Amino acid sequence: MDFMNTFRLALRALARNKMRSALTMLGIIIGVGAVIAVVSIGQGAQYLVQQGIQAMGTNAVFIAAGSNRAGGVRQGYGGVKTLTVDDMDAILKEIPLIQQAAPALTNRQQVVYGNQNWNTSITGTAPNYFEIRTWPVQAGSAFSDEEVDIAANVCVLGTTVEKILFADENPIGKTIRIGNLPFRVDGVLESKGQNVTGQDQDDVIFAPYTTVQRKISGITWLQFIAASAVSQEASLAAVGPITSLLRERHRIRTGDDDDFLIRTQADIADLQNQTQATMTYLLGGIASVSLLVGGIGIMNIMLVSVTERTREIGVRMAVGATEDDVRSQFLVEAVTLSMLGGFIGIIFGLVGSALISNFLSWPTLISGKAIVAAVIFSAAVGIFFGYYPAHKAAQLDPIEALRYE
Amino acid sequence: MPDPSAIPTERGATAQRSEPVIRLESVFKTYDLGEVQVQALRGVSLEIAEGEFVAVMGPSGSGKSTIMNILGCLDRPTKGRYFLDGVDVSRMTKKELARIRNRKLGFVFQQFNLLSRTSALENVELPAVYAGIPPEERTRRAMEALTRVGLAERAGHHPSQLSGGQQQRVAIARGLVNRPAILLADEPTGNLDSRTSVEIMDILQTLNVEQNITIVVVTHEPDIAQYAKRNLLFRDGKLVRDSLVQDRFVAREVLKTLPTVEQQAAEEALEENKLPA
Repeated sequence: MDFMNTFRLALRALARNKMRSALTMLGIIIGVGAVIAVVSIGQGAQYLVQQGIQAMGTNAVFIAAGSNRAGGVRQGYGGVKTLTVDDMDAILKEIPLIQQAAPALTNRQQVVYGNQNWNTSITGTAPNYFEIRTWPVQAGSAFSDEEVDIAANVCVLGTTVEKILFADENPIGKTIRIGNLPFRVDGVLESKGQNVTGQDQDDVIFAPYTTVQRKISGITWLQFIAASAVSQEASLAAVGPITSLLRERHRIRTGDDDDFLIRTQADIADLQNQTQATMTYLLGGIASVSLLVGGIGIMNIMLVSVTERTREIGVRMAVGATEDDVRSQFLVEAVTLSMLGGFIGIIFGLVGSALISNFLSWPTLISGKAIVAAVIFSAAVGIFFGYYPAHKAAQLDPIEALRYE
Repeated sequence: MPDPSAIPTERGATAQRSEPVIRLESVFKTYDLGEVQVQALRGVSLEIAEGEFVAVMGPSGSGKSTIMNILGCLDRPTKGRYFLDGVDVSRMTKKELARIRNRKLGFVFQQFNLLSRTSALENVELPAVYAGIPPEERTRRAMEALTRVGLAERAGHHPSQLSGGQQQRVAIARGLVNRPAILLADEPTGNLDSRTSVEIMDILQTLNVEQNITIVVVTHEPDIAQYAKRNLLFRDGKLVRDSLVQDRFVAREVLKTLPTVEQQAAEEALEENKLPA
């Protein structure tokens, strides 16, 4: 018997018990629908995060001061005093892959303006930091390199700090107090929102690093260097040369740990990919559980169907159906059931994610891969769970089957 | 009751050729039921020639169902050989047997065994579907078979819309569609009233005479066996009597003596004065 005939036969058998077929498919429909919807929500979130990473500059390389060990006691990151502006100059001079670099160190201080005050992080840096992080000034201007050279008391505010201290007042040119020192506000940065970990990136004040080193923190070293490479590939390629250069400059013996830490955006993207992989496994797990449940439903109904149609099977065998004919008849029926469920599930999933992005305004991104996987999986479920009932049907003895009441 | 008129044809010239359609050579069938072994057939040998009309008789437990299953290639003999149309089928695989059933045998059952919610035409087409005959050709053949049993105009009806006699005629048409060597009927009239039974026997006799189709009927009713040309009596797994039928019934003649359904209805209506005279 040819395939089209078998397929038509399967459709008719399923149409005969519409309610039963629909309920049997429900397991697959829900499973596939849920996976499609959840994957598209996940992909939407993923897309946002990727955009966020891009916004931070995909070529960025961060070099943070690491921990050192003093008599067996390890200090946290930023604990060492070895990372300096000289290191930064050396990197710029000797590693052509690195285009720009800005020094940075932070310090938490109480800031006061008028009757408002706030505790925030003061980051000392150079004007090119804003370029490296692609973070433009929205009002006023950034401080200049000259102001860095003379360690002037000037600063640039993040929007969160600006709102708290100034409310509706124009902050440009006003003087605020950071710790015990007066600072002139030169500019306000554009809002950057939360970072990947949910931290408010706008709750910050930037000032010349010389000023922070000498007048606030009272140190001569840096906590990190924000650099940018000529390209995304270069940012990865630069890690090795920077490491050997810094190890040499810091006189670290072979076998000892680095006293610094290098992070690139590519690393962060890697981390993101790992997170995504974990999510994918999790979703895959949920999907396989629901498909398993759906598959068991199909097997159950197919077994019932084989028993109900024992006599029909007997008749078919008597008039010349081979075991293969009977087996493929029931197998095609099971696969039709599961794939039909899969297709309906895909439609439900698509509609569901469209509704979610409309009403909850969550970003969703339809995944072609998830749809292809859903189709393949539902077919596989049909074959896997349909085989046993179909085989049972094929093994029936025609004499017994014809006598079955 | 029946008119014991002359048998229209004796065994024709074709029946005299060397190779019979069915030849059983000392066939044994033993069922292994664990502790006990049941000997359903104990050395049955027989030949049935082309164009014969044979009735297989015997009480229950005589082995007549077993012989039917073996003749129908639904089962294989434990010992002995079975030649169908000159081919030894006693050692064939299940798949080969399915093919033999499909090409060489037509089945008619007591329960009709039509597929429900499937039209008469599609029921008749079923063996042709498994034979791999292309759609147009099998529809043509199925219509031809339905015409032969007088049901061409009911081709689109489902079994539930047909009477018992009509259902059995559809089943006969299904048995004929692949032009088999023999038509096997297992108690074909067991579920039918007496007039319909005679109608079915009329169809079988007509097919036997006009198409020279070999027919084997299993029955426990002596009346029905009288429509065949030859009777085989089984008892305790053995063929105990093989006889030509004397005073054979001719269904067409018998039908004339029986009131038709319409006549019956008309008579009843007249009695109740419901029809104008």
